[in-house]
Amino acid sequence: MEKKLYTLIVHSENIAGLLNQITAVFTRRQLNIESLNASASSIKGIHRYTITTWSDEDTIIKVTKQIEKKIDVVQAHYFLDDEIFMQEVALFKISTPKLLENPLISKTIRRYGARIMEANAVYAVVEKSGVTDEIIALRTELDAFDCVLQYVSSGRIAVTRDTAEHVNEYLEKINKG
Amino acid sequence: MITGSEALMQALIHEGVDTVFGYPGGSIMPVFDAMYDHQNDFKQVLVRHEQGAAHAAQGYARASGKVGVCLVTSGPGATNTITGVADAMLDSTPIVVIAGQVAANFLGTDAFQEVDLVGITQPISKWSYQVRRPEDIAWAVARAFHIAGSGRPGPVVLDFAKNAQVGMVDFKPATIDVERGYIAIPETDPKSVEEAAALINAAERPLLLAGQGIELSNATEELRAFVEKADIPVGCTLLGLSTLPHGHRLRKGMLGMHGNLGPNVKTNECDLLIAVGMRFDDRVTGRLDAYAKQAKVIHLDIDPAEINKNVYADVAVLGDCKDTLARLTAAIDEAQHTEWIESFAPYEEKEWNEVIRHAIYPEEGPLRMGEVARAVSEASGNKAILVTDVGQNQMMSARYFQYTQKRSIITSGGLGTMGFGLPAAVGATFGAPDRTVCVFMGDGGIQMSIQEFGTIMETGAPVKMILLNNNYLGNVRQWQELFFGKRYSCTPMLNPDYMKIAEAYGIPSQLVVERDQLASAIDTMLATDGPFLLEVAIMENENVMPMTPPGGAVNVMMMNAMDC
Ligand SMILES: Cc1ncc(C[n+]2csc(CCOP(=O)(O)OP(=O)(O)O)c2C)c(N)n1
Ligand SMILES: [Mg+2]
Repeated sequence: MEKKLYTLIVHSENIAGLLNQITAVFTRRQLNIESLNASASSIKGIHRYTITTWSDEDTIIKVTKQIEKKIDVVQAHYFLDDEIFMQEVALFKISTPKLLENPLISKTIRRYGARIMEANAVYAVVEKSGVTDEIIALRTELDAFDCVLQYVSSGRIAVTRDTAEHVNEYLEKINKG
Repeated sequence: MITGSEALMQALIHEGVDTVFGYPGGSIMPVFDAMYDHQNDFKQVLVRHEQGAAHAAQGYARASGKVGVCLVTSGPGATNTITGVADAMLDSTPIVVIAGQVAANFLGTDAFQEVDLVGITQPISKWSYQVRRPEDIAWAVARAFHIAGSGRPGPVVLDFAKNAQVGMVDFKPATIDVERGYIAIPETDPKSVEEAAALINAAERPLLLAGQGIELSNATEELRAFVEKADIPVGCTLLGLSTLPHGHRLRKGMLGMHGNLGPNVKTNECDLLIAVGMRFDDRVTGRLDAYAKQAKVIHLDIDPAEINKNVYADVAVLGDCKDTLARLTAAIDEAQHTEWIESFAPYEEKEWNEVIRHAIYPEEGPLRMGEVARAVSEASGNKAILVTDVGQNQMMSARYFQYTQKRSIITSGGLGTMGFGLPAAVGATFGAPDRTVCVFMGDGGIQMSIQEFGTIMETGAPVKMILLNNNYLGNVRQWQELFFGKRYSCTPMLNPDYMKIAEAYGIPSQLVVERDQLASAIDTMLATDGPFLLEVAIMENENVMPMTPPGGAVNVMMMNAMDC
């Protein structure tokens, strides 16, 4: 079956050790986690994981169910890119002498809508948020200028395009008993 | 205020615990000390190895339907239970393992007998939790029993830090309410019941696969009502063998690798497969791409993650099968499938002539496993609980025992754990004190738990032990014969004198070598109060047949070694 990039959104109780259990489901199915983000959610006490992985649909369905089955996982859902709004952020630490030397560098930074957060005589820090492809493209271009001292990018974060809020609805139902 | 250890006692009593299988050690001593004052509140069974404690808890749980409890120390005590935890996970057995742990301020320091038990058991347990404060005991114990016993049951591990055992707490038992992170029983979609009923009404050749879920849901009556109304033949999984009594017109035997020919062949001829509380294990299905491709599939299960895991279901009916079977029975029309049911007969006849007859009524040659199993079953009025170890002894006793009551088979299905049988049988005698418990073991498996003779000696647990001694790791020997060119690598085994071992433990015993001694020896065993070891000298190169070779299609079974 064809492999696609899936984004899993998992809501769980905020409990130490749960992330371990979630990632173990991927390991057992021999899926690589491309990116992973953990954060609070809009719901009090509920944690939210955003995980991306390349998989076929059959496997991702099973993985999602096995994650949802874990005690203290509230819900797990999987999405393709056209079902979510997504964003990542990358930071580039760039050599200031190189930046001053080659005007194409700041031009490139502007062209990508990236922003310089901080600059001193030694380095400048550039922040770019966007989707993976844009960030990789910027990185490739900056790499060509041989000016990047450090690079880091975050995991994908995503919210659903759906107008229904399944987790909230489920929790409301449970609270009502 | 009471100590955490005493709080644990109160919590266990609150949960209705009547038996604890345990083994003490440094990090759990405060709890054992508290137990000293509760010897009249619940039975305290000292096993001889912590693996035995876990298996005994499993045997107890499966015989009684209640949650089994075992109590061990940290480090090696805890790791010794791991096999039992994994076994309980694969076979959905409700147990709670309570293990000592070093005090919270030592955690993470590689303190004496510290292991990361939660880390080790998380992937093989339903829930695993570290109790670090005495205040958490009430909630953690209540939740442990709730999670272990509800929904699809499974093992729960409580890692109990020593400071929580000795710290003081104002204890009030807790009960677990609705939880947002754990749905024990999924909602049943009424539409799925309608769709399933429509498929059932339209089916001409329906076949039902009965799994342990039916026992776990206490739904044997509902199963019977359903199949009788719809006139559907039934194949049982290994763990589901006692879901429909022997002799029932619709019971067509066991599924899977060493199951009966009829239900395996018919799996690939039916037009509708109704799977109830079973998970399409590969030992049941054989090669998946050759499994029931012609049939529509209805899958009734309590665990949404089982749906479409191995076999695609046209209709999935989620829920507790006690409820969903009853709903289905109400929704379907009465039907008759006489011709279809009769079409099993030629396969039954073929298996009878080519396999069963020789297995249970051999006229000459050394004693065989099947005849022993059938004779013991009959001598018990087909009412005993069969506990098995793993190997040929397991398959043969499961095949030739007859089951007339529910919860009559306790065997390690998913994990296939040698050494399971003896301690599980000990546990079963505590879980079902009114029933006869017969455990069949091989000469390999008995030695993996033989230390539990000590537990039997001490408690007097009335375990009827049948040792089928073929001087081989027989199941492996069979595979070597069939698939590895008869190269018997590390399977012949020199055995000790088991009569002397039994004698050393004060357990009455008898060795049977000749066929004409068998019946009276079995009678002696069953008539003896308390435990008994019956060793039977078994033909060394017997094979379990029929057999779906590993990776083969479910409907193509070898009837003897020649078919290989
Ligand atoms: C703990 C464990 N180790 C190894 C095996 C692999 N195994 C399965 S059956 C078997 C042979 C069992 O021999 P025995 O107990 O004598 O039973 P028999 O098959 O001869 O009846 C072995 C080694 C296992 N299932 N469990
Ligand atoms: Mg043997």
